[in-house]
Amino acid sequence: MLSKRIIACLDVRDGSVVKGVRFEELRSAGDPAALARRYNAEGIDELVILDITATLEARRALADTIRAVARELFIPLAVGGGIRSEDAAAAAIDAGADKVSLNTAALENPALVTSLATRYGSQAVVVAIDAKREDDRFAVYARSGQTPAGRDAVDWAREAESRGAGEILLTSIDRDGTKSGFDCELTAAVSRAVAIPVIASGGAGALDHFVDVFTAGRADAALAASIFHYAETSVRALKTHLRQRGIPVRL
Amino acid sequence: MIALVDYGAGNLTSVKKALAAVGAHAAVPRSPADLADARGIVVPGVGHFGATRALDDWWIEAIVRHIGEGRPLLGICLGMQWLYEGSDEAPDVRGLGLFSGRCYRLPANGVKVPHVGWNDVRISRSAAIVQDVGDAQVYFTHSYAAPVTGDTIATTAHGDRFASIVQRGQIAGVQFHPEKSGDVGLQILRNFVALTG
Repeated sequence: MLSKRIIACLDVRDGSVVKGVRFEELRSAGDPAALARRYNAEGIDELVILDITATLEARRALADTIRAVARELFIPLAVGGGIRSEDAAAAAIDAGADKVSLNTAALENPALVTSLATRYGSQAVVVAIDAKREDDRFAVYARSGQTPAGRDAVDWAREAESRGAGEILLTSIDRDGTKSGFDCELTAAVSRAVAIPVIASGGAGALDHFVDVFTAGRADAALAASIFHYAETSVRALKTHLRQRGIPVRL
Repeated sequence: MIALVDYGAGNLTSVKKALAAVGAHAAVPRSPADLADARGIVVPGVGHFGATRALDDWWIEAIVRHIGEGRPLLGICLGMQWLYEGSDEAPDVRGLGLFSGRCYRLPANGVKVPHVGWNDVRISRSAAIVQDVGDAQVYFTHSYAAPVTGDTIATTAHGDRFASIVQRGQIAGVQFHPEKSGDVGLQILRNFVALTG
């Protein structure tokens, strides 16, 4: 049976993991590869490196980060953040990424989804959608949640699929960083609308939040950052909990 | 040297890296003639079956000669599908036909297709390619799959039960990505490298 995937997200700036790292040794090392190694040993199913770098010079360092992480990890690796062109996607893939995640670029230039899917296959193209509740709908936001894109999340997910996306990485802006649980309604609405896998993100704060998003939320995978960085929850403890609740996981 | 055949379907870096991790040197041959020096051939790949069109008569002749000399070959994902007679994904493109049967689209029987993620392999008989590999989970990403036949070593269920590992003599194939399947995947690559002597 296909397992539900647990994905860890590393927010990387200037070559260091910057979000929610409380471990002294990791903070001082600032080393994505060290964190990635720990997650791998604990049984993480996949990693996402999210580049939150602002400058062009630092962006070149991203390729080194990808290489360092990919060198010793033999699990899928996705890279996102600021990938706006086919060249940027190619650079990430050449450095060792298996998938690239497009957000604003896909909204502004949906043809990029198709050209990357044609060149690398749909499995290499993730469309990331940041959505916020507005009345009865889920509105899409671009530019790290700053700019309304004027799109409905469910419609945009359908379009992304038809343009060649292989997965949807769906983040609830309302829940992000709140630790109050995933937005299961949002996740289920998108998951029902598309045939491709949906990765839920935003709001993970407790083990049962993952149970909820895999059942009520119909998610295929769940992504979290700080819950793992803090080491409040080990990947293994989470998976053991999920298995006890009858959710198929790789242990 | 293990030859990694590049036909433009996917990224070879990760396969090369994984082979290096199990102590094998892999290189990408520039022309079919370069296969003459190879201890083994790996045909990797993801994506559309039509991409195998790039493996033209020259490549096919060199690969068939390599196999004829008893040297091993491993097909990964699309590379495994290419070892069959063909695929419904690109009906006008012929496969190598080393294994009988046609690849077909996985039915969406209450499951999502493409089949993406970690799933079980159930080993139905012993073979060199699965030495020291128990029933395990490995990473898949595909929509088409090979039928279960006499050459099938392991199967996986997703919408249907399909062949996830196949081997006959020195020819083997895996539908999943051993280079992305953690320690289990590395063990399978190690087993293949051992076949190459």
